[in-house]
Order: sequence, then C-alpha cells, then structure tokens
Amino acid sequence: MKDHDAAFSPPSVEASKDPDSTLVLKIKGRLDVYSTGKIWKDSSFELEKSNPRKLVIDGEGIEYCDASGIALLIELRLIQEKKGGGFELRGLSEDNEKLYKLFNFGLLSKPEGPGKPPSRNIVERVGETSWEMLEELRVHIYFTGRVTVGLFAAALNPFKIRWKEVFVTCEKFGANSLFIIALVNFLVGLVIAFQSAIPMQQYGAQIFVADLIVIAYFKELGPLMTAFVVNGRSGSAFAAELGTMKVNEELDALDTMGLDPVNFLVVPKVIAAIFMLPLLTVFGNLFGLLGGLVVILSMGYTFTTYINQITASGTYVMLLAGLFKTLFFAVLIAGVGCLSGMRASRGPSAVGDAATTAVVTGIILMIVVDGIFGVIYYILGI
Amino acid sequence: MSDGKEAIIEVKDFTAKYGDVVIIDDISFEVLRGEIFVILGGSGCGKSTLLKHMIGLYKPARGNIIIKGEDITKAEGRDRIDLLKQIGVAYQLGALFGSMTVLENVMLPLEEYTDLSRDARHLIGRMKLELVGLDGSEEKMPSELSGGMIKRAALARAMALDPEVLFLDEPSAGLDPITSAELDQLIIQLSRSLGVTFVVVTHELNSIYTIADRVIMLDKSTKNIIAAGNPEYLRDHSTIPVVQKFFRRQTDAQLGAQNQR
Repeated sequence: MKDHDAAFSPPSVEASKDPDSTLVLKIKGRLDVYSTGKIWKDSSFELEKSNPRKLVIDGEGIEYCDASGIALLIELRLIQEKKGGGFELRGLSEDNEKLYKLFNFGLLSKPEGPGKPPSRNIVERVGETSWEMLEELRVHIYFTGRVTVGLFAAALNPFKIRWKEVFVTCEKFGANSLFIIALVNFLVGLVIAFQSAIPMQQYGAQIFVADLIVIAYFKELGPLMTAFVVNGRSGSAFAAELGTMKVNEELDALDTMGLDPVNFLVVPKVIAAIFMLPLLTVFGNLFGLLGGLVVILSMGYTFTTYINQITASGTYVMLLAGLFKTLFFAVLIAGVGCLSGMRASRGPSAVGDAATTAVVTGIILMIVVDGIFGVIYYILGI
Repeated sequence: MSDGKEAIIEVKDFTAKYGDVVIIDDISFEVLRGEIFVILGGSGCGKSTLLKHMIGLYKPARGNIIIKGEDITKAEGRDRIDLLKQIGVAYQLGALFGSMTVLENVMLPLEEYTDLSRDARHLIGRMKLELVGLDGSEEKMPSELSGGMIKRAALARAMALDPEVLFLDEPSAGLDPITSAELDQLIIQLSRSLGVTFVVVTHELNSIYTIADRVIMLDKSTKNIIAAGNPEYLRDHSTIPVVQKFFRRQTDAQLGAQNQR
C-alpha cells in the first residue's frame, strides 16, 4: 500500500453496452475502503439492469486499490457467474492483479460456513425446557446437600474453618452494609407508619400505628427488607467473585489441588452470612421502629407513649421468630450467590448473568421460604 | 513493494512512566515502510508499554511518536480518529467482542467508518477471514475458537480497514509450534503481498528469526534500547552479554563457561 498521501481522484464507473450483449464497466480512480462504497451500488445496478451475456471490467484507470476494491471486483464476478454469464477482467496493474489473486475465489463463491441449526418443534422445546428445569432443581438439591455437609463438618471441627476468610466476608457482608440497611429500614418504617396513620386517624386509632409497626417489623418487614438489601448487595457480589474465579479457571485449580470449592469458598461465606444477617436484622428492626417513632411524634404523642405501646404489643417470641428466619435467608443469599457464580458459563457476559441469576433466584426463594415460615408460625400461634 | 527506505513511524526522545516509576528512558527509533519491525526484550522491560504508547492508548511522559507525519501523542478528536483508522492492532488475547460472531467482529470497523452496503461489508469481512485462513468459521462465536484461531481472527479484524501499519502484541505467545509457525508465515505473506508495515512485540526467538527484518531490544536495567539491527547478526556478533544470552537462550553461568572456553 504505497503512497496513501498522493492525490487520487475519487472513484467512478462508466458503463457501455455492446450490441452483442457485452457490458463493459470502466472503473477509475482510487478504490479504498472509504470510497468503494460510492461506486458499489452503481456498478451492481448497471450489471443488474443490463443483464449482459458477458461482463468485461476495465481496470486500467484504477489508481489505487485495496482489499475493498478487490471485493467489488469479486462481487461483480459472483453476481455474473451466478447468472451463468461470462466475466473478464482486464487492464489491472501488476500490483492489483497480485492482490486480486491473493483471495480464493472458489471459497468465497461458496455460501458461508454452517449456519444456525434448524428450529425445533414445540414438543421438543417443551421437553427441553422441562428437562432443564428438573436439572436445575437437581443441581440446587445437590448443592444444598453439599453445603449442609460442609457446615456440619465445620461445626464438628471449627479449627478447619478458614476464619480469616470468614471475618473478611463478615466485614463486607455485614459491617459495610450497615448504613444502607439503616437507611432503607428507617424510610420503610416511616412510610408505612405514615400511610397507615391516615386511615387510622378516621377511627381515632392513631396510636395503634405503633403496634402495627412493631408487629410488622419484628415478624416480616425487618427480616425481609434486610435480607433483600443484603441479597442485592452481597449475593450478587458472591456470584461475581466466584464467576470470575470460574472464568479464570481458579475453581479448576482448587479442584486439582484436591480442595473442594464448596468447603473452601462457599462454607466460609455461608458462615459469615449466618453470623451477620441476624445482627443486621436487629439493626433493621431498630431503624424501622425509629421511622415509626418519627410519625408518632409528629402526631403529638410522646416518646414514652410510643415505647409503652410497642413493649406492650411486641414480644420476644415475635422478635426471635423473625430472627430465626434470617438464618435461613442467610444460607439462601450466600448459597445461591455462590452457586450462580460457580455455574457461570464462559464469555464476557457470564459474570453479569451469574450476578443477575443470583439476585433473582435469591429473592424468589426468600419469598417462598418466608411463606412457609408464615404458615408454620400461624400453626404454632406465634 | 515500496522503496523501503522511508520512515513510517518515528519515535523521538520517548520516555514512559507509570506514576513516578520510569519504564522507558529516552529512546528514539524509526520504523520503515513495509518492514516487519520487532520489539523484543525480557519480561518486564516495557515492550508492551512501548506498544501501547505507539498506538495512542497512553500519553508519554516526554517525547513524540509520529505516525505518517502526524503526532499520535498530540492528536485529539477527529485527527486522532483519522490517524487510528490507519493503524490496526491485534491484542495479545485477541480482545474479540464475545457477544458478536467472528464475521461481525471483522465487519464492525467497516460498519462504523465506511458507507459500504451490508453485502459489501459481508464480502470484505469474509475476504479478510479467508486471508487469515478462517474461512468457514464466520458464524462462530469467539468462545468457540481455539487460541490460534482467536489470534487469526484478531489479525483479520485489525486488517478490516486496510491499515498501513499493523501492531501485533505477542502474536505467537501461548500457541503450539505449528500454529505459531503458520502465524509467522501469515505475517510474512501479508507483509509481502499487501505491503503492510508490521510492528510486532514478541520474545519468541523462533518467530523473531523467521519474521523480523529489524529488531530493537529493550533492557530492563538501563530502561533503554540495548541493541538494534538484524536478529541473526545480533546473535552472532553482539558483544553485550544480555543480548547474547537472549538470542542464545542462555543463563549467566552458561555464558560465562562459554566465554572462558
């Protein structure tokens, strides 16, 4: 590719048709990747329009030609040969001739490599989806079993737990998310108290807002709101971390060293989550009640009235029942996060997909578990 | 193809730093039009740093890098884009976009910078892939390719706009000897047939002897060019121990023993 800088004229094409059905296309000027587009349409249009028995391309006027220019020549030849017409190329300079011969015309005239597989019918697709769902379920059950075994093994032999990893995770999972948990719970407490105060005011029952807040928070809102926030924050982080390790073959490295990735990576995270989530929920409850307090105070009641009211209707059993659920939420968040990461596929979007799966699966499973607990607690009369 | 004497890239008084750490200290060299120019040196000597400055990714601490008369260290906006369109870069790990097929990867620059029709882009893309021996893999995703195929695809993408200069970062690293030799032949073929100038960073000795017209060797301790010229000549005639060791794959002990004999 010499002398890009010298002045070249823009490309042009001139068509002339002989009486014996031969089309001559005179191509002139500079054919590079930026200018070839201009004459590409013109020349194929001329060819389609006149539909000649033979096409002659006169390349004598081509001043400069790169692979795109050659592509134009090849394209014209392909069109012509598809119709079974003749093709002749003449007047090409030696350099351009060499470039033209560099490309394998035979290969290019063939259709592109294997395309997409044919689409399947509905029965096959339904079957495949069902199979995938069962497979998914199997993987989850298997993984739950492995984590449970790992946790029991850790409980029997606490010295084998990687405590350093546990504490680092505790800090990330727990301490660092304190602010957002306080904020979210405070605002939710405030909003719920405010919204319920308006209808209750009609019956003069504003003070029962305090009862509503404490019961809702201890039993449901505190554990759920806290778990959702932590799931979005740490579940996705676990998935991203393990997903990246999977992509970097670090999980395979652990495997070949004889270290079980579940025991080595997942169990410390689950333990940290079990430690931290109940504590975070306690904070969540506290800030939710503070949110309620703001509304109660703004309605003209005193701090003492609020305290009396919530201590009268909120019980330790309620609080502990709520906190007990969070142990399961903790295992869910950490477990689902890690599992999604470990099952990450290859490719640039793998880690992102794993994080999304972790958060979505985590939320769904938590709602299901919460429902189950709701039924159990109802039967137990809590 | 061309006279081969004119410089297409000039690096003048170039110094590179990461923070306060000087990586390369005041070097100057030229790359001639149409040659295969190899930058070599041991690990950590700043080969890749130099390459990344030459393709305008980093700004140098001092000095100029002039590609075809335009200073890439100073070019901004439109000028910079125009200059970048005249060079192609094949990254060490391919850097193919994982969400696109191989053909789409090659067609991307054509789509963004030219007014070629879809059919035209398709054909040009396929021609580039055919040139690097990847015909039949157009519709594959990068994750389905082997290491050698990824490097070839990266090369095809770098050539999409028919640049005059191609920069290759470690083209044969991590490839088996046969694939690596094939890639070397491909580079030579492209250089001779298309007249493209190649700037290659590598430390694979076999590759260097096969492809290089001229080399410069960077040294970690002096942070400078320690040797320049034809690789065979350097192997046989250089008196600098580091250069001798590099070209003969020797340790200090081996070199000492040899010199005593």
